[in-house]
Amino acid sequence: MDILYSILVDPFVQMIDLPDFFLQVLWEGFVAGVLYALIALGFVLIFKASGVFNFAQGIMVVFAGLTLVGLHEKGVPAYLALILTIGVMGLLALAVERFVMRPLVNQPDIILLMSTIGLTYFLIGFGEFIFGGEPKQMIASELGLPTGSTAFEIGDGGLLILQHIDIAAAVIALIMVGCLAVFFNKTRIGRALRAVADDHQAALSVGISLNQIWAIVWFAAGIVALTTGIMWGARSDVSFALEIIALKALPVLILGGFTSIPGAIVGGLIIGIGEKIGEIYWGPLVGGGIESWLAYMIALIFLLFRPQGLFGERIIERV
Amino acid sequence: MLYRESGQYKTSYISDQSIFPIREDRIGIAIIGLIALAIPFVASDFFLNAIMTPFLILALAAIGLNILTGYAGQLSLGTGAFMGVGAYSCYKLTTIFPDVNIIILVLLSGIFSAGIGVIFGLPSLRIKGLYLAVTTLAAQFFLEWCFIRIPWLYNYNSSGAIEVPERRGFGDIILTGPSASAMTQYFAVLGIVVVVTLAVKNIVRGRIGRQWMMIRDMDIAAELMGVRPLTAKLSAFAVSSYLCGVAGAMFIFFYLGAAEPSAFSITLSFQILFMVILGGLGSLVGSYFGAAFIWGLPIMLRAVLPAMGIDIGAETVFHIATMVVGALIIFFLIVEPHGLARLWSLGKEKLRVWPFPYG
Repeated sequence: MDILYSILVDPFVQMIDLPDFFLQVLWEGFVAGVLYALIALGFVLIFKASGVFNFAQGIMVVFAGLTLVGLHEKGVPAYLALILTIGVMGLLALAVERFVMRPLVNQPDIILLMSTIGLTYFLIGFGEFIFGGEPKQMIASELGLPTGSTAFEIGDGGLLILQHIDIAAAVIALIMVGCLAVFFNKTRIGRALRAVADDHQAALSVGISLNQIWAIVWFAAGIVALTTGIMWGARSDVSFALEIIALKALPVLILGGFTSIPGAIVGGLIIGIGEKIGEIYWGPLVGGGIESWLAYMIALIFLLFRPQGLFGERIIERV
Repeated sequence: MLYRESGQYKTSYISDQSIFPIREDRIGIAIIGLIALAIPFVASDFFLNAIMTPFLILALAAIGLNILTGYAGQLSLGTGAFMGVGAYSCYKLTTIFPDVNIIILVLLSGIFSAGIGVIFGLPSLRIKGLYLAVTTLAAQFFLEWCFIRIPWLYNYNSSGAIEVPERRGFGDIILTGPSASAMTQYFAVLGIVVVVTLAVKNIVRGRIGRQWMMIRDMDIAAELMGVRPLTAKLSAFAVSSYLCGVAGAMFIFFYLGAAEPSAFSITLSFQILFMVILGGLGSLVGSYFGAAFIWGLPIMLRAVLPAMGIDIGAETVFHIATMVVGALIIFFLIVEPHGLARLWSLGKEKLRVWPFPYG
C-alpha cells in the first residue's frame, strides 16, 4: 500500500501543496520542450522534403553554435559573426546536397540514415579539429539577448522565477515557426517545397529542381540549428554533449509524427513537460536521473497505441 | 583457373548442403585458420591486445546486430546496452560462482541479455523501421541508467565500475584479470568467436534464418505464407542479443579488464552499426570486414599520420581520425551501398572466370 500511495497519491499531493514550485517545474519543462521542438523541427523540414531522416541535426546545432562562438573569439563582432555563421551553414547545405544527397538519391532509407550518421561523425571530427573539444560560453549578451530574471508572486508568498533568456527562447521559437509557416504557404519556393514533399516525381515533372530544393531545405534546417544552438548555448554551454540531448528529438518526432510541423511542437512540449514532471515527482522513487530515458519510454508506450504519431499520416501497407 | 567449382561433383545431399561446398573455399578457410593460430607467436603483445582481440570481439557483436538488422530487418540502436547486460551478468555470475570456468560463464551470460532483448523486442511486433529504432534507444538509455543506479550490479563498488577478478581455468592457466597473458586471452576469444560464428552460420542457413529473411523482405507476405512474426521476430531479438551479450562479456573480461557504464554508451552502438552497414547487411563475413575496418582504421591513422612526417598532437590525430571515418562511411555508402561483403563476392566472381573475361 505504501508503494501505491507514493506512486499514485503522494506526487499529486506535493503538486497541490506547493503550487508555485509546480508552476516552476512546468515552466522549466516548457522551455526544455521548446528547445526539443526546435531540434525536431529541423528533422521534420528535411524529412518532409527528401524522406531523409537527418541524424546530423543534433551535431548541426552544436556546429552552428561553435562556429558562432569560435568566430567571435577570433575577434569578429557578434552580429557579423552571426551573418558569417549563416553563410557557413549555407555552404554546409550546398556541400551536403552535392556530396552526400545527390550521389545517394533513390537509395533505401537505412542507407540514407547511415549517411547522415556518417555526416555526424565527420562534423564532430571537423568541429573538434577546428574549435577544440572544450565547452564554450555562448555570446548571449553580445547578441543582445536579455539576461536576468523576473519573479512573480503566486498565492501566499510563492515565487515563480522566469529567466528572461527562456522567455526570449520561447518568443524567438514562436517567431521562427511563424516565419516558416509563411515561407511554406505564401512563397514560390515554399510551394515548391511542399510539392516535393508530396511527390518527388510529380514535382520533377512540373519543373522543380530537386537538387535546388534539397539545398534550400538543408539551409533552412541549418538556420533552425543555429537558432537552437544560440538558445541552448545561452542556457548552458556549447559543447558536444548537446549531441546526446539532441537525440531526445526522436521521441518528440514519434509523438508528433515525422512529417508534421505542429506535431513537432506539440510533441516537444509533451516530452519536455512530461519528463521534467516525471523527474521531479516520480524520479526520487527510483533514485533519480530518470530524465535520461523517460522520454523514450513515453514514446514507446505511445507507439504501441498510435504507431503513426499524433499528427502523422496514416500508415497504409500493401503487399 | 584458381577458383572454380566446375568438376567438383556432389554425390550426396549432405555434401551438397555443406557450409563450404567449394574446395577452394575450404582451402582458404584452412589458411585463414592457420594464420589466426600462428599470429600470437609472431605478433607483439600490443598487436594482440589492442587490435586482434577487440577486433574478434567486435566482429561477434557485429554479427549479433547483423542477425537483427541484416537478416531480420529490424533496425536497432541498442547494441551497446545489450553488450552491457552480458558484461554485467557475467560479472555477477563470476562473483556468485567463482569456481566455474569463466568461458562457460561468458557463454551463459548471453542468456540474460537474450531475455532482456526479447522484452525490448516486443514493440517490434507492432512497429517497424525508424520507429523501432527509437524504442531500441529506450533500451539503450534505460539499461545504461540501470548500470549506474543499481549498485548490486557492480557489487557496491565505490567507484561504480566493475573490475575483472582473476580467474583460472583449464588446469591453472590465468584466463582473466590483470596478470593474464595476451596470448591466452586471444586464444580464448578466438575459440569462442569461431564456435559461435559456425553455430550462427548454421542457424542462418536453416529454417529459422530463412524465416528471418522472409520477415525482412516483406513481413506481411511472410505472414500470409505461414511464418509467425511473433516467433520469427522475437527469436531474432533473442539470438542477436545473445551474441551481443557474449561479445559484451568478452569485451570486459578479455579486453578492457575494467569498465564504467559509459563503456556501453550509444557511441558503441553506433560503432557496431557502422561495422554492420559497411561490412554488408545480411553477411557474416561482412561483419568481420566491417569490424576490421572500423576498429583498424583509427588505429592505422594514428600510426600512419605521424609516420608520414605530419607531426600533430595525439588529440588532433584523434579528431582527424573521427573526421576521416565519417567521410569514408559516406564514401563507401555512395560507392558500394551493399558493403564490403559485396566487393568480396564481386572479387570472387571475377576470380571464377579469370583469366577469360566471360566464363
